[in-house]
Amino acid sequence: MAPEYNMMEMMICVASRYLEDGKTVAVGTGAPCAAAMLSQKTQSPNLIILFEAGGISPLLPQMPISVGDSRTFFRAVMAAGMTEMMTTCSRGLVDYAFLGGAQIDKYGNINSTVVGDYYKPKVRFPGSGGANDFASLCWRTMIMTVHSKSRFVEKCEFLTSPGFLTGAGAREAAGLPEGGPYKIVTDLAVMGFDEETKAMRVESLHPGVDLGKVKAETGFELVIPRQISSTAPPTETELKILREEVDPLKLVIGRG
Amino acid sequence: MSEENVMKVLDQGVNPIFMDPDPDKAREFFRKKPRAMVDKRMNEKEVVEKFIPDGCYLGIGGFGANRIPTAVIHEILRARRKNLGFLGHTSTHDFELLCAGKCFNRLDAAYIVGLEARGLSPNARRYMESGEVQVTEWTNYSLAARLKAAAEGVSFALVRSMLGTDTFKMSGAKVVECPFTGKKFAAVPALWPDVAVIHVHEADMYGNAVFRGISVADLELSRAAKHLIITAERLVNNFTIRNNPTATSIPFYLVDAVVEVPYGSYPGNMPYLYFSDEEHLAQWMKVEKDPKEFEKFLEHYIYGVSCFEEYLERCGGLKKMKELQKLETLVEK
Repeated sequence: MAPEYNMMEMMICVASRYLEDGKTVAVGTGAPCAAAMLSQKTQSPNLIILFEAGGISPLLPQMPISVGDSRTFFRAVMAAGMTEMMTTCSRGLVDYAFLGGAQIDKYGNINSTVVGDYYKPKVRFPGSGGANDFASLCWRTMIMTVHSKSRFVEKCEFLTSPGFLTGAGAREAAGLPEGGPYKIVTDLAVMGFDEETKAMRVESLHPGVDLGKVKAETGFELVIPRQISSTAPPTETELKILREEVDPLKLVIGRG
Repeated sequence: MSEENVMKVLDQGVNPIFMDPDPDKAREFFRKKPRAMVDKRMNEKEVVEKFIPDGCYLGIGGFGANRIPTAVIHEILRARRKNLGFLGHTSTHDFELLCAGKCFNRLDAAYIVGLEARGLSPNARRYMESGEVQVTEWTNYSLAARLKAAAEGVSFALVRSMLGTDTFKMSGAKVVECPFTGKKFAAVPALWPDVAVIHVHEADMYGNAVFRGISVADLELSRAAKHLIITAERLVNNFTIRNNPTATSIPFYLVDAVVEVPYGSYPGNMPYLYFSDEEHLAQWMKVEKDPKEFEKFLEHYIYGVSCFEEYLERCGGLKKMKELQKLETLVEK
């Protein structure tokens, strides 16, 4: 019998498979951190986890609550600072940025700043934090977010962190180094980006999800390739490690 | 100079730069800053009175709810400080506190309002959505780079962040073209805060300070700030510093005042000593939903106590501190 799992567990397991052994990944707290930890304990033991506040390759004993708490440099190889981390990204040494997002558009741009007028916002969110830096400077940006029409919008109300901006050639024209969004992992599907137009396209559907559902929960027209694969569900091993070793207190998977 | 060797400005953000980026004005200030190695011990009331007047521009060290100088921030609230400028760099519980006191009206924002995985502060949101605060947008690194430029004594730094985004549009940065390669960079102005407060593990009475673990942007902030207040978990003898000078993070001549505050980062995390009090931080977020209840809460924990020790008592005192110590140090795997 196939194991049971919730949507957060699904997202974390799927995302963890994209992080290759020996690569560097800059992570945010919560789900992205859980995915990186899971990847380390399953397929990528030599994945190097980096935190913006200065933690370099810790032996994470448990999920950090903050990207600057003491867990992020528990038995780390170095306790550095923000300038060290971000200049490392700027020099091209960081392969993946792993972020969450409040609002995302068809070119993979993220809004985590405001909804409504900037000067008198309807909702004020945290802003960039380190997300704009990571999305500008790392080779590939991975984003994990819940799939809904209010989050997947044609154009972000405020463009906090860069995806492909307005499409093909826009990052280069703005002066950003090569990079950009790579995969978007949601509770429904995995999305990538069309090589030519840089618009978001569906790549694989999670078990029990049909394309109609993904389209209905997306506020813009997705690129639909001729072939769409099916996402492999979480394995028993992945779920066991995720539940027992990565997030035993259910800080993240409890939200599924 | 030929046309191609000129650094061209191609675009600029629309929001104000709150502090003068002129390095020679900063040098004039530092020229007069006293260098004497003298006893700088004070209490938190005295430092707020002396170094944090209404309207000044304030920076806080650490990372939001990690290694933060809570005692001085509480005192800023009790002293009813208003119209401050604030460095909203990796700010979480510190920001939540300053919003509770409506202490600032100018803000350089990189990370504000949120408490990371814990969610958004309802009261900080209300304050930021009121339109009472003048905001200029940045990123965590571009603010660190502004402090780095100030620490280096130059008027700007170059970063490859922000380009092409609304974060740039709402900043005070400029896009410039490199005179060597023709590539574009964001130029961000140096930032010399009037005063910064940084919490550390140990300091001597002169201000030689040692912190352990990640530095976040505190090496840059301590060098950029015109006045620097150190709060320390414990005071040590000057010989302790001199016996291991490699460990010194901040030399005394940068420091204006030293305040000894055991458990001074509470309810935040202090690396190697105690973990954050997640129950108390969750209580803040919960009670903030109702402004009336929040007022009573603030009266109980901040305005109605005379000092930080009394706050610690109201939060469970030594018993609570021992629990948090266990959480921090007994991680074994």
